[in-house]
Amino acid sequence: MMLNATFLSAFVGVALVLLLPERFAKLSRWIALVASVVGFACAVTAFFAYDQSASAPHFESVTLNASFTYDQSPPAPHFQFVTLKPWIPALGISFLTAADGISLSLLVLTGIIAIAGVLFSWNVAFRQRAFFAFYLLIIAGVYGVFQSFDIFLLFVFYEIVIIPKYFLIATWGSTNREYGAMKLTIYSVAGSALVLLAMVATYVASGAMTMNLFVLAGHGTTFFSPAFQSWAFPVMFLGFAVLAGIWPFHTWAPTGHVAAPTAVSMLLAGVVMKLGSYSALRVAMTLFPQGLDQWRMPIAILATVGILYGALVALAQKDLKFVVGYSSINHMGFVLLGLVTLNTIGLSGAVLQMFSHGIIGGLLFAVVGRMIYDRTHTRDIGQLSTMRLAKALPFAALTFTVASVASMGLPGFSGFIAEFTILGGAWKSFPLLLLPAGIGVVVTVGFTLRAWQRTFFADATQAAAHTGAHAHEPFAPISLPEKLGAILLMAATLGVGLYPKVLLDPIVHSFGSPLMQTLIREVVAK
Amino acid sequence: MNYLILLQLLAPEAILTVTALLVLGVGFSAWGSRQVLVLLSLVGCFAAGASLSFLPTANIYMVGGMLAMGPLAAFFKGILIGLAAVTIVFSRTGGVRTHFAEYLSLLLFATVGMTLLISSEELLMIFVALELTSISLYALAAFRKESRASAEAGLKYFLVGGVSAAFLLFGLSLIYGVAGTTSLHALASIPPALAGDPLMLAGIVLTLGGFAFKVAAVPFHLWAPDVYQGAPTSAAAFIASGSKVAGVFILAKMLALGLAATSGVGCMAGWTAWVPLLAIMAAASVLLGNIAALVQSNVARILAYSAIAHGGYMLIGFTSASIPGFTAVLFYVIIYAITTLGAFGIISLVKTRRGSANLRDFDGLAKTSPLVAICLLVFLISLAGIPPFAGFFGKFYLFAEALKGASAGPAPGIFWLVAAAIALNAVSLYYYLIILKHAFVMPAPAETKHSQAPISGDTLLLVIALAAAVLLLGLFPGVLLEPLRAVISNYLTTFL
Repeated sequence: MMLNATFLSAFVGVALVLLLPERFAKLSRWIALVASVVGFACAVTAFFAYDQSASAPHFESVTLNASFTYDQSPPAPHFQFVTLKPWIPALGISFLTAADGISLSLLVLTGIIAIAGVLFSWNVAFRQRAFFAFYLLIIAGVYGVFQSFDIFLLFVFYEIVIIPKYFLIATWGSTNREYGAMKLTIYSVAGSALVLLAMVATYVASGAMTMNLFVLAGHGTTFFSPAFQSWAFPVMFLGFAVLAGIWPFHTWAPTGHVAAPTAVSMLLAGVVMKLGSYSALRVAMTLFPQGLDQWRMPIAILATVGILYGALVALAQKDLKFVVGYSSINHMGFVLLGLVTLNTIGLSGAVLQMFSHGIIGGLLFAVVGRMIYDRTHTRDIGQLSTMRLAKALPFAALTFTVASVASMGLPGFSGFIAEFTILGGAWKSFPLLLLPAGIGVVVTVGFTLRAWQRTFFADATQAAAHTGAHAHEPFAPISLPEKLGAILLMAATLGVGLYPKVLLDPIVHSFGSPLMQTLIREVVAK
Repeated sequence: MNYLILLQLLAPEAILTVTALLVLGVGFSAWGSRQVLVLLSLVGCFAAGASLSFLPTANIYMVGGMLAMGPLAAFFKGILIGLAAVTIVFSRTGGVRTHFAEYLSLLLFATVGMTLLISSEELLMIFVALELTSISLYALAAFRKESRASAEAGLKYFLVGGVSAAFLLFGLSLIYGVAGTTSLHALASIPPALAGDPLMLAGIVLTLGGFAFKVAAVPFHLWAPDVYQGAPTSAAAFIASGSKVAGVFILAKMLALGLAATSGVGCMAGWTAWVPLLAIMAAASVLLGNIAALVQSNVARILAYSAIAHGGYMLIGFTSASIPGFTAVLFYVIIYAITTLGAFGIISLVKTRRGSANLRDFDGLAKTSPLVAICLLVFLISLAGIPPFAGFFGKFYLFAEALKGASAGPAPGIFWLVAAAIALNAVSLYYYLIILKHAFVMPAPAETKHSQAPISGDTLLLVIALAAAVLLLGLFPGVLLEPLRAVISNYLTTFL
């Protein structure tokens, strides 16, 4: 129940917010905060209760009718906190949740982002209840995906996230919000359609009358013929990767991120994009190892193009939020590259990068969307440079500095250890791609420094003289919720950066499970 | 079989007919207020529904094999009577101002036709029951005499319906001419020499054309947009839900039973005659329905094109040519009927408030009546096939069975049909989202005299109940699926 409590608390939050009478609408943010904190607490408790040495599996609750042909229980001991119940027995679909180190890292990430997102939307006043109801729905869906091991269940949670995104962006968003919301939704749904097709085909082709990932995955070509894998893998992987922002299907991400309200940008960059990469890893790659081998190289190339392209386009942006939006493409490119290295180092790095970019991306969007834009009402880097922001908003400058430094991959922050391990993994698998990816890292430093310097530390007198100085009202000081949220995110990236073992150990351990071991292609020399 | 048993077996139809006549009579009297008439009709529906539970659990033939009664028939009759009862409540505040008693009795007669259709086991009986349903519905569609749109709806419905009835009758006569029998069971076991006759193929094509009208499949779809938009809302709701359930059910029975002997024999060697035909109609319906809906500005019209698309999805399920596939179609049509009925309930609420159901009439619905808006969200998202609502599970089940049929059966090309349907289903989210955008994102217009009109409580209550059903059936589809599979297997063990 500890795992399920994560999404249950969010669902309960949705129900409470909806039942709230009009005059108590202000309470909805407190409900959202409490629901997020409860979810985070459950995720963290599970994370630290995860037993890396255990020989005994942690079954929480298992009831099954004996009609299944295959053993439905997850292999011990990597998957813990297992809940397994028949759901739609007529079709062999079960409610199966469990977690390993990969799931737990991302569940903790979701908890952190959820809390920070609520703190950064503390000032939302327009239709508060609807805002937080949709917000918590996304959180619930994300929590659900990261712990589902029945593909049907996973897809249900995966799709729950789509519709609230549309309303959050279209109603509470800024720049071009209806266009951005619709574009993002259509891309998501197109990706989902690919996944659904592959999923239905998978269900039929296996003939096993089950959607249990532990049964279907990791059996080579027992269930899925090579011919089937060679088309089903790209369809399913691409469907998931659209949500992870794979180049050239990434264009929804910058426009969507920019249009979205701050908390939703944080959610999108922080966790929703991870749904795509996580599901691609967990479902598409484990189900179809042969298809993966065939399509590995094209994916690696697309990922590398994404790294370079995202960085170069970010370099040319005038809108600060677009810079952050394209940097997401760049960072998610590293995740995808790490996934297809197919060695423990690269894969672990990919998962670590999902966590790291979740935190850093969230932090960047928080500074740009909430701390700066809500006060200056502009995101144009040229205009911002005339405002002496480093003096006017010192806390924002500090936060953005930490986020930028982490985003550049400076040692001591989570971004460094994540990208370093991915490049280490890529060096073994794709030595030729290392050069473009390395150039991508350098350009990342370039666009981050450019945005950072111009926004906060431009020579204001000169710039003002150039553009024509205009006086502006003193900005409202950074509020306490903003500070708390920023400190939470900064502590997370710094903590993981200084002590990566806390995440890397369970993640590396989890790649030793029979399910994930099917992905490892390297020959271990002992 | 004496008349007492016959009366017992046909009690639902008898009760509904008596109620219809009673409503007609009371309507002419001094007590015939709207409330009384609705209450009387509802009592009739309730009694008819209750009488279903007194039926024997075995499958019994009546009138020389023309009609059959058993758990499967009782299951679907119960659903149809339930849909009719909801429609009757919707019609209380709907746009029908005069001749309300006639309206209700026509609605009840249509229900009798549908329940008879469920029981039909014989070609002529199918035709008669179908016509009873259709003619009542033509009149219902044209019922708003003061409205040109309603007259147009009625006429179009009647003309397309008449043509397709001619197709159907011609097809049935060809089948009878070849096989020499009108009984579905006798048809199921005719020798291959007869079943493979080319004339039989012509009969099948014409018959399916007739049925396609009921499902609103391309090319017999032309009536749908005008009827959905022009007919009184409750009539359109019943055409979209009840008529669809009955039509799909009888099509399933016809394919599974009546045409069972025709696959893979004679001129149809190596394939099932009707699979390519249904596949073509399905592809055209899914394509046309989903694309044409994109550019509509009236919500009822959007629902009409979405109905055409959904008819296409159901036909895809039929192409599996297997009992599990047909089960999936029947499951889907029930879910679809519940969802559409709820959506029409909301259209009727909006119409009483704003006078029409164009997209801009939905502006600010979330602000003015949040409950209605949330229910609308549930229905439309379910129609778009997005979890956790029932429509998603319905589609998953339907497409899985269709693919199973494609991989096992003689028509592997169906895979592409399923792929296209899934792709176009993603397109469909766009037009559902446009409606929801008006309801949730757009600000409410300035107050007008319409916006003050109170929302009818009984309609709202039913809409909420239907939305709850859509959510619960999405979370626990077994609640409907298990009984459905049980009654179908019961029917098969007795009859096949």
